[in-house]
Amino acid sequence: MTISALVFYLFACITVGSAVMVISSRNPVHSVLFLILAFFNSAGLFLLLGAEFLSMILVIVYVGAVAVLFLFVVMMLDVNFTELRQGFLQYLPVGGLIGLILLVELLLVLGSWTVIPDAATFAAARAPDIAAVSNTDAIGRIMYTQYLLPFQTAGAILLVAMIGAIVLTLRHRPGVKRQVISAQVSRTMKTAVEVKKVQPGQGI
Amino acid sequence: MEIGLGHYLTVAAILFVIGVFGIFLNRKNVIIILMSIELMLLAVNLNLVAFSSFLGDLAGQVFALLILTVAAGEAAIGLAILVIYIRNRGSIAVEDINLMKG
Repeated sequence: MTISALVFYLFACITVGSAVMVISSRNPVHSVLFLILAFFNSAGLFLLLGAEFLSMILVIVYVGAVAVLFLFVVMMLDVNFTELRQGFLQYLPVGGLIGLILLVELLLVLGSWTVIPDAATFAAARAPDIAAVSNTDAIGRIMYTQYLLPFQTAGAILLVAMIGAIVLTLRHRPGVKRQVISAQVSRTMKTAVEVKKVQPGQGI
Repeated sequence: MEIGLGHYLTVAAILFVIGVFGIFLNRKNVIIILMSIELMLLAVNLNLVAFSSFLGDLAGQVFALLILTVAAGEAAIGLAILVIYIRNRGSIAVEDINLMKG
């Protein structure tokens, strides 16, 4: 057994174990932290597969953005999580049954096929020699040429997601004093200054 | 024992099933359901990258990158909906989400 096999089993076991903890943990904050652990270890699996760019993107996007977003929402919401766990054991048998059936089916599918010997000749984008072109370089070369349209579409999806999240969560509270730039700019001396004639010894 | 494509696909299958199982198990907690969806998308990504690596085809990694994008957008929108839902109803129980009687 080589070192890489050992590392694979280490990453795979921690990923699966922390995924189990994500769905079974009592405290949602612990769930998010185990989710982060699962993401880190699958980034390690990606590294073992030679997809170093995706591995680092996984750490940056999933751990740095998505998981932290989850953590913020979980910690900022004032929700009683214990009553949400009622029915946990009630759904356990049927959920376990369906999960087991799904797993057996997936493993049967996995065991029943083989890759044809010349599968690499049908590659849509042949991976170049790793000694000549690094993984990041190779992905960049096909991303901006062959897959330009999907790349632009991904950008549009992110824009829509950003605008959607802002529109959904934005609210205008009544009674809050806001700065109105146009009203400030359109003030003239006539509207801003009022001249009053003050009689001596009387005040206003 | 050499680590082959089958090992990675098995890990991905187990991860996917854990995600499905999590949705069944936490029927009331939307946050855990969203996390389970993230786990399932991670399993799909693992499948794509494993095939990409073992077949020498970079298209799988590009596709995994796009799935990552969609997953990030989905998490942002989902949590935004969750926040406004709690603001309005004060609960995140999925069974209460029947305002439209659908």
